[in-house]
Amino acid sequence: MTASNLSIPNSNNIRRIVLDNGITLLVYENPNGQSVNVMGSLHAGSIYESPESSGLSAYVASALMTGAGSRDFDDIHSALEDNGADLSVRGHIHKIGLSGKALAEDLRLLLETANDILRNPVFPQDHVERLRGEKLTWLQYSNFDTRYRAAKAMREALYPPSHPYHYGAFGNEETIKRISQRDLQAFHRTHFGPRGMILVIVGAVAPKDAADLVQDNFGDWQNAHQPEVLSAPLANSPACSQRQAVFVPGKTQSDISMGVIGPARRADDYLAAQLANSVLGEFGMMGRIGKSVREDKGLAYYAFSRVSGGHGPDPWTINAGVNPDNVDLAIDSILEEIEILVSDEVSDEDLADNQSYFTGRLPLRLESNEGIASSIHSMQSYGLGLDYLANYRELIYEIGKADLLAAARRYLKQEQMVIAVAGPQQEASGTND
Amino acid sequence: MTNSTRTTLPNGLTVILKEVHSAPIISWWVAYRVGSRNEPTGKTGISHWVEHMMFKGTERFPAGLLDREIDRAGGMWNAFTFMDYTMYFETVPADKAGIAMAAEADRMNNAIFDPGETESERTVIISERQGAENEPTFWLQEAVQGAAFRVHGYHHRIIGDESDLRSMTRDDLYAHYRHHYCPANAAVVAVGAFDTDEMLAKVNELFGSIDARERPALFVRHEPPQQGERRVNVERPGKTAFCEICHHAPPATHEDWVKLKVMDNILSGSSGASDNKTSRLYQALVKTEIAASVGAWLLPTIDPFLYSIMITLREGRSAEEAEATVLAEIARLQADGITEAELNRARKQAKAAFAYSTEGVTEQAYWLAQSFILEDESWFDGFVDRLTDVALDDVQDVANRYLIPQRRVVGILHPTDPEAETASA
Repeated sequence: MTASNLSIPNSNNIRRIVLDNGITLLVYENPNGQSVNVMGSLHAGSIYESPESSGLSAYVASALMTGAGSRDFDDIHSALEDNGADLSVRGHIHKIGLSGKALAEDLRLLLETANDILRNPVFPQDHVERLRGEKLTWLQYSNFDTRYRAAKAMREALYPPSHPYHYGAFGNEETIKRISQRDLQAFHRTHFGPRGMILVIVGAVAPKDAADLVQDNFGDWQNAHQPEVLSAPLANSPACSQRQAVFVPGKTQSDISMGVIGPARRADDYLAAQLANSVLGEFGMMGRIGKSVREDKGLAYYAFSRVSGGHGPDPWTINAGVNPDNVDLAIDSILEEIEILVSDEVSDEDLADNQSYFTGRLPLRLESNEGIASSIHSMQSYGLGLDYLANYRELIYEIGKADLLAAARRYLKQEQMVIAVAGPQQEASGTND
Repeated sequence: MTNSTRTTLPNGLTVILKEVHSAPIISWWVAYRVGSRNEPTGKTGISHWVEHMMFKGTERFPAGLLDREIDRAGGMWNAFTFMDYTMYFETVPADKAGIAMAAEADRMNNAIFDPGETESERTVIISERQGAENEPTFWLQEAVQGAAFRVHGYHHRIIGDESDLRSMTRDDLYAHYRHHYCPANAAVVAVGAFDTDEMLAKVNELFGSIDARERPALFVRHEPPQQGERRVNVERPGKTAFCEICHHAPPATHEDWVKLKVMDNILSGSSGASDNKTSRLYQALVKTEIAASVGAWLLPTIDPFLYSIMITLREGRSAEEAEATVLAEIARLQADGITEAELNRARKQAKAAFAYSTEGVTEQAYWLAQSFILEDESWFDGFVDRLTDVALDDVQDVANRYLIPQRRVVGILHPTDPEAETASA
């Protein structure tokens, strides 16, 4: 670490404490500003639910704040809102995520509320039913959203029903109608506990004060029933490329979602894949795909690629929104760019541009309390080490053109790619051997 | 937020600078006083299209060069067109701001508008509109705006009407650019880690040589008073109904605007600080299971625009029921006013929202640019103080004067049977 890294969160300026019950607390004091940000996670995502109860974990997350201990819905929300504070809980595939912000003077309120809703939720029957209606409305609306439908069709074709990534975290109409109050209570009782929980606090607060507040609130939490942490199983790529067509009536534009199985966050070639992806569909005006599909051919307002890279084998995706008449031309243009990326090394200039882009954007990512909290949470959650950001520049500049080519070739195999199109055109789905 | 400095160069360019040394970053903005409000029929969407063309390059900074340079520096850049303005920004590491400043100075005067690039961008913009059309609420909001404004440029959406997007020419776009893009019609704003004197000298060096021109006349037609409630109905395939209830509101610089902002906070909770599940409309519509969600907007605009409430209906509940519920809440507000506790909550939320929004240089620069468009930077600097000065009676008073049928426009989106659409496709 060099002197220039001193302003970057690292093992010297992040206060890390592991409570006796297994909660890992990380505090970073940022005196610039008046607010404080809290970010946390628990191993209780949708990977812990069965396909028959798809959406259960996210349902639990959204119901936590409807009643806890002796406090009802209005008590919980009034306490926060009267002080301009915000707290939300959201379900993901591997984890439940917690996010909150408040003026620094209200950190105690934020932590007391978080403690209460995570440990003592009541799941009142009337609110369970109200949330069910809201979830069904959202699912019905999403069924007419071309971007949602294309992404869903791509995901379901890319991962088999035996894999947890086949299912979205938010369930479907059938499962949401079935989930009961008792299901919510049972899932919470089993999966919510301190072991493996991460809590990050960033803002205008002294580390000791934050640590004392966390100890006072969460220090006595225990749950002997917590299961072992689940990892996502490896996913086999499809045996052949597939094309999925989803008819969504009444739309003027089609959405394309193309995907292959990509690297997990801890994969050795994760950063190389990220750099390759940036060349393909991110850097500048959406990379080479943006140049071809948008700038040169004028086919789309958006056309970009993304490596998700989470706790398991998340997809590497390419998305575009185009006029139905231009779907095939856009897909062909994207495939051409992929073919170039897996055939030839990128230029020295491309590599240098993207390395500079990756390292140069760190100050922006770390400008806000929320950005700092998110970065620290990622370092802890993915086991990257608290000096990951301090060493980030070296990691990026160790990667060479051959590494980008190898990562692109390893993942971006057209013969294993799923291409899903959702829009007003009616066409048949199929496979290509 | 304080300590910004304002200077006007001899060519008329406004320069607003604010030093913030919490991070080695500078956010650099250029704001032009032209947006969709200034577009006549036949040229709708032209401000937004011109914004796109500004990324197609100048002789000195060819297309793609600025994007690449900013990304290479690890920066963030974008542009957006609103009803009242067009803005461009780059947030970059402090030692890399020079290229962004130079490029913005160059494209204020030297954008090329290549005919081939113009045609290529035509289809991109039509694609942008078609992507928006995929959202049912786009159609509803377009219909409501059209009904609310018969004369004023707020009549049409920023993206423009497709017929205009198909008929406008390169020369139309270039003429719009030449007319509106000049120092006297713009402000540059910088917030971040710099020395004010040095930054001002740099701005002078880059922008000072651009020829002075008279501040251009803007196309504006004033909307006559509405003569009674207006209603529109929209039908789209789907399963979800929406109801939008709007009332004509004053401009952001009017003394009533901040009073309506407090009223909105109490009705919908839209402070930007939290999702406000204790707000009156959430309690009346969502908690009672009439709606799946409710949101509201009171945008800070130059001319009188709308206070809009958008409701997403739950299956089996009617838009009429939602509308009646909103009108009952408005009647309660008009008759009984608000409580001291509600007013205090609005004040605390405003203070918190202000604290959150001013922690990043990008947000601070945006608000300074927005303030320039509306009035001057005092509009935002004094926002929390003005809001704190709002009294209990003020809120009841504006509710009685603004939330009345004569100022109201109601739009309902009725979902139609998708199966019927399938059969006829």
